[in-house]
This record gives sequence, C-alpha cells and structure tokens, in this order.
Amino acid sequence: MDITVNILLTIATAATPLLIAAIGELVVERSGVLNLGVEGMMIMGAVAGFGAGYLTGSPWIGLLAAIAMGALFSLLFAVMTLSLATNQVATGLSLTLLGLGLSGMMGTSFVGQPGVRLPNLDIPGLSSIPIVGKLIFGQDPIFYISIALTAAVTWFLFKTRTGLTLRSIGDSHTSAHALGIKVIRYRYLAVIFGGACAGLAGGHLSLVYTPQWVENMSAGRGWIALALVVFASWRPWRVLAGAYIFGAVWIGQLHAQAFGIPVPSQMLSSLPYLATVVVLVLISRNKRLTMMNTPASLGQPFVPDR
Amino acid sequence: MGGTVSANHDGTNLLEVRGLTKIFGTLTACDHIDLNIAKGEIHALLGENGAGKSTLVKMLFGSLEPNSGEIFWNGQAVRITSPGAAKKLGIGMVFQHFSLFEALTAAENIALSLDDGSPISSIAAKARALSFSYGLPLDPESLVGDLSVGERQRIEIIRCLLQTPQLIILDEPTSVLTPQEADKLFETLERLRSEGKSILYISHRLEEVKRICDRATVLRHGKVVGHCNPREETAASLARMMVGNEVQAVERAPVEGIETAPSLLEIRNLSRKPATPFSIALKNISLDVRAGEVIGIAGVAGNGQGEFFESVSGEVQQHDAASVRIRGKNAGGLTITGRRLLGAAFVPEERLGHGAAPRMKLSENLLLSRHATDGKAFVGTGGMVKGAAVYAASQRIIEAMDVRKSAPDPEAAALSGGNLQKFIVGRELDRRPSVMVVNQPTWGVDAGAAAHIRQALIELSRSGSAVLVISQDLDELFEISDAIAVMHNGELSRPMPIAEATFEKVGLLMGGAEPGHAEHTLETA
Repeated sequence: MDITVNILLTIATAATPLLIAAIGELVVERSGVLNLGVEGMMIMGAVAGFGAGYLTGSPWIGLLAAIAMGALFSLLFAVMTLSLATNQVATGLSLTLLGLGLSGMMGTSFVGQPGVRLPNLDIPGLSSIPIVGKLIFGQDPIFYISIALTAAVTWFLFKTRTGLTLRSIGDSHTSAHALGIKVIRYRYLAVIFGGACAGLAGGHLSLVYTPQWVENMSAGRGWIALALVVFASWRPWRVLAGAYIFGAVWIGQLHAQAFGIPVPSQMLSSLPYLATVVVLVLISRNKRLTMMNTPASLGQPFVPDR
Repeated sequence: MGGTVSANHDGTNLLEVRGLTKIFGTLTACDHIDLNIAKGEIHALLGENGAGKSTLVKMLFGSLEPNSGEIFWNGQAVRITSPGAAKKLGIGMVFQHFSLFEALTAAENIALSLDDGSPISSIAAKARALSFSYGLPLDPESLVGDLSVGERQRIEIIRCLLQTPQLIILDEPTSVLTPQEADKLFETLERLRSEGKSILYISHRLEEVKRICDRATVLRHGKVVGHCNPREETAASLARMMVGNEVQAVERAPVEGIETAPSLLEIRNLSRKPATPFSIALKNISLDVRAGEVIGIAGVAGNGQGEFFESVSGEVQQHDAASVRIRGKNAGGLTITGRRLLGAAFVPEERLGHGAAPRMKLSENLLLSRHATDGKAFVGTGGMVKGAAVYAASQRIIEAMDVRKSAPDPEAAALSGGNLQKFIVGRELDRRPSVMVVNQPTWGVDAGAAAHIRQALIELSRSGSAVLVISQDLDELFEISDAIAVMHNGELSRPMPIAEATFEKVGLLMGGAEPGHAEHTLETA
C-alpha cells in the first residue's frame, strides 16, 4: 500500500512543474502570443529560487524569488515582441538560449551546495489518515497552488469579462483593437503572468523536486509544457490531464527500468512523450471544439496603425 | 462653447470637421477635409477606392490620429484618441470588414464592446429584445463562425445600437447583403433617423445613396470635391463627381447561337466536404461555360463561393477527375499548374497572399504564375530565368491595364488594391486563356478601373473564351453576364439567361428560395 502511495506522490511531484508552466503558457497563448521561452524562464526561476533560498535559508523567499525572476525574464520577451514587434518565435527561442546560459553562469557557485526544501503540508490528524491523508493533506505547497491555479484560470478565462476580453484578443487582435480594447496592455499582463508561472515551476524543481542546483536542471520540461498546451487544445483541465499522464508514464517507466524489464531503456524513456501525445490527440478529435479554442491570432505581431 | 474656436455653430450640427488632414509618408490620404453632419440625417460619404473615405472614418472613430484639423461634437472641440473615446462621445461604427470574433458567441461579441460589466445573460436578453424590435432577429447564443455574413452584420448593428450612439458610421454595409436584406437595412436606418440619430453612410452604390441619403459629401484624391443632395442628382452625375470624368459604360454585345458552341469548362456533380467546421460543403454542382459567353455566379458571401473557386482552380483537387473538365479533358485531379497548362486562368479573391506574393516585385509575381505555361518565353536553358523577357512582359501588362504605381517594378504590396487587381487580371488576360475563372473581379476597385476590367472580361469571351465570374456585386453581374447562376449554401442554381433575370429573382435565390425557375432555362447538358 505504501508503495502505491509513494508512487502516486512522485507522479504528482513530476507533474506539478509541467502543469504550472503549461497553465501560464496557456494564458499567454490565449492572448495570441507564442512564447517559446518557457524553458529559459523556468531555468531562471530555478536558479533564482535556489540562490535566494540558499543565501537566506528560507525556501519561501526562494519561492518568491523564483516567481519574480520568471516574471522579470518574461518582461524582456514582452518588450521585444509587444513593444518592438519582433518575431515571437525567434525571440522566444533566444530567450530560452539566454536563460540556459545565464542561469549556468549565475549558478556556478551554487553547484554542490546543499539547498533548502519547501516543507510538505502537515495538518495534525488529517495528514496521518492512511493513504488519502498523505495524498490530499501531505504534499508540498506548490502542488496545491498548481491545482488551485488550474481552477482559477478556468474560471477566469470562461466566466469573467476580463477572461472573455483576453480570449477575444487571441481570436483577432485587429477586431479587439477596433473595439477599443487595449491589446498590448492585456498581452503584457498575460506574458508576465506566464513568466511568473514558469518561474514558479522552476522554483518547484530547485526547492521541492531536487533541492539543489544543477546546470540545465529543467531538462526540457519547458518544451513539454509548451507541447501540452497545444495538444490540450488550450483548455486548462486537459492540460492537467496531459501533465499527469506524462508524469505517470514517466514514473512508471523509471520503475520499469529499475525492475530490469527487457525493453531497451531508450524505448522506455520515450514512452511518456508518446503516451501523452496519443492520449491528447485522441481527446482533441472534435475538430469543431479545437477550432473554437485555438487562438486564431497566435504568434502574429500586432502593430496598430496610428 | 469654446469661445474662439469657431464661429458658426447654430446647434443643429452633431459633428463638424474642419481641415482634417492625415499624411502617410508622402501620401496625403485626407487633405483638409470639411464635413458637417446634422442631427437626424443620413449623410452619404462618396468616393472611389483610395479617395480617403476609410482614413477619414478611422479618424472619426479614433483608430487613426489626424496630423492636423479639428473635430467639433455638439459644438465642442474634441480630440478622439481611441475607439473607446469615440464610443464615449456617442459614435458607433459598423465595420466593412467585420470586427467580430468567430470563435465566440453573438452575445459574447456584443458584451465585449459594452463596458458596463453586466452579466452576459442579461446582455443576451437585451440584444434579443432590441434585435426583434428592429426586425433583425438574432440568436445571441449562436457562434459567429456559423453565421452568414448578413447575420454577422446584424450582430454588428445590434452591438452598435446597444451603445445608444448619436452618430452611427456604416462602412459599405450593403456590399455583403442580398437585395432583400438591404431593403431591411434601409428600413432600420430610416427608423433610426426618425428617432433623431445621425448616420454617416459610406458607399459606392449610387442608387442606394440616392434612395436613402439626405445629403452627400464627395471625396476625390483625399479632398472634398463637392456637397450635394443625392435625390436631385442622377447616378451618372454622382459618378462624375466621384471619378472626375465620365465613366465609360461597359458594352456587352449579345451572343448568338451559344447553345451550339463547345463547352470549354464543364463541371459535373462537383461535391466537397467542408474543410473546416466553419466552411461550407459543396453539393453536386454542375455547370457548363461555353466558348463566347460570360457566366456569372451570384450569392451572399460565405455560401461556398470560395470553396467552389478552390475546387475549380485546383487549389484543392478532387477525387473524381471528371468533376472538372477543361477543354474536354478531365482536370479534377490536376494542380493549378496542370489546369493552367490546359489553357485555363484563375484570379482568386484575395489579392495579397493568393493572387500575388506581397513582398515580391510585379515581374516576379508574373513569373510565379506563368513560369510553366510560358516556359519558353520566360525560362531559358538550364532553368535560368530570362529576366529581361519577364520584365518586358510585366511592363506590357502594366501598360495594357493602366496600372498606376510609384516605381518601375514595385512590390505587389506597394500597389493600391485596385491597381494590384488590374495587374493580376491583366497578367491572366495577357495569356489569352480559353477558360478564365475570376472570383470577385472588382472587389474594392474604383469605378474607372472596374469598368476597364469588366470590359476586358467581356472582350475575352467574345474572342472565343469561356469566362466564369463569381461576384457578390449584382450590378456587376448584370452588366457583364450572359447568364447568372446563384450559389446558396453550397448549391448552385441553374443559370438564368440574362434576358430573364431580374434583381428580384436573383435576390430570392440568394436568400435561399427554392429554385423553381429551372423550367425556363435552356440547359443542354
């Protein structure tokens, strides 16, 4: 029984950073901006989170630093693509490259240092209920944030007027501008929100997942988060499903490798990607729903004529 | 009142514009425009394409900033810095290219333009009530992407009315409507006028301006060239004011014995599934276009004309090779180039992106579409392009079609829409194709150039080619066609000889009435 609980806990821990980064990027893309810099913002969040935690001794300060760094880094992207109308794909790619390099440089003195870890939730009585106690009441704080974030973003996008406005900008920025909606301002806020989420996801890596600093420790998770958003057809709960499928198969194949199953390890390592793609493709078969949810102006720079 | 600003406000003018000027680079799009709109009048703004109508309206609605000039609203000097500011003053706008969001419902679209934060359900109820009271029924829950163009325009109008504007600007509102839908719109406008609202009505359709407008301001090359009462003018005199000289009437000699002429373009049972959730399925379309005739296809935009053109041109190929036959050969499975090699030529609706590559020069665009059919002339040994020959040919087309441009061989995107269209049509005519298929030949083209293009299409047919024209402009189709068929919801009616066709008959078919006219026609398939 304990093994099952532990496996479920590790799945949640593996899925959480993907989920948070993907939810942030979902909001960005719903506003019509494609930020390929998720990986870079994530690793910057990881190094800032570890550094601040290590220097102050407080994982909570580390967490705030991770969020702030992600937001700050995304601001660079926002200024370039929104105010200067540069190509979003190229700018996003360079943001990733910059983040990977810069974080490596900033983190040289952190390598091998012991980090601080965010404590798991511990509610006396509740957390010690067998099985469900640990799963529901005994996980790290970011896990709860990630679930709350998914619910909040769903509510924001589909139930609030501001969310409707954001979606409309993603559908057609020229129409939105013609209605007098401040396209650039909304997009700035969306991009910064996405950056903060990516930073938080990075903070999860260096403050919860493996509380230490290793160069390039985001290990492609930013890219997976980006893919999840598209395969989930820009819908928050599908992103959550995708993140957990990925996490589950990821943990499953690790265990399978440990048991020595006679399948080449490379094959097993590719399974999570394959499974996530297959499942999400299957659930987005409804073309009409996909069309309705795809932000039609995604990736197009907006330059209002004045 | 603002003391020194201006002397002659007598309180009847809702909007006064003094010396409004907008300069783009070296082009003065609006040059010291003066305009008065009184309370409770329908004021027409007339002018050819590129005369500065859209620029002027954008300045009034706050999406462009004037370089100089003043705007007075109820006698007060105002600066309209954004569409939001215009809405606050009480200026509403119904756009020519709809500013709707396809993936959202009608109610959500309306909610986006209201800033009061009331819940969507109450907005939907209000929109429904208002739409019925104006006789423009509307289902607020429907998805815009599923709606016809006429229905979309209703949303725009209802959205505009819900903001209770004093001045409503309508930009070419009837270009997408059936004649019956347009009548409905005119009733609405007259009712709004009787409620004391002012309307600025932009159009190039002179008959309807004469019918509903109280006054007109005419623009030419960015300047006001005259004010008039359209009811006292004739369509010809209005056209003269707009163009600056006489517009040549298009001449169409009647054709004899067309029934025995060979059919150069045969379409047999052409069907196509919708490519996207928002596009139309084509249902069993059959049509013959014979040597020497022009067939027009009428229809409200979005009824499958785009899909039909793609299938005929080869942008999308068919499984059934016999569904499209060009000069007696099966062409359904061929690409555009394959069909061109059979002697066909195509002019798509979208000028930039389909008809021409925007950032390439005119000569390069010529080569792109004709490298296969004119391989010998344009491409030498080893695949080397004969630059001089291509350039000479493009200059020949530019001269033949009177394309106005700023450089000897400019990029396609640097030309105005009308001039680029003249070049694209000219590029295909220059080949003397035996089958010519054109989608919206004169969309957004000024009257002079449109007459030129139409005459050229008629002459091509009279020299023995088969010409198929898809257009939303009924005036145009009646001017050039020998027979008119109507497309509605992916189905094509049988062609009606022009002698039997009336606006009313065609309009009913466009609106989806049962095609009970078939017994009159002379289809000899």
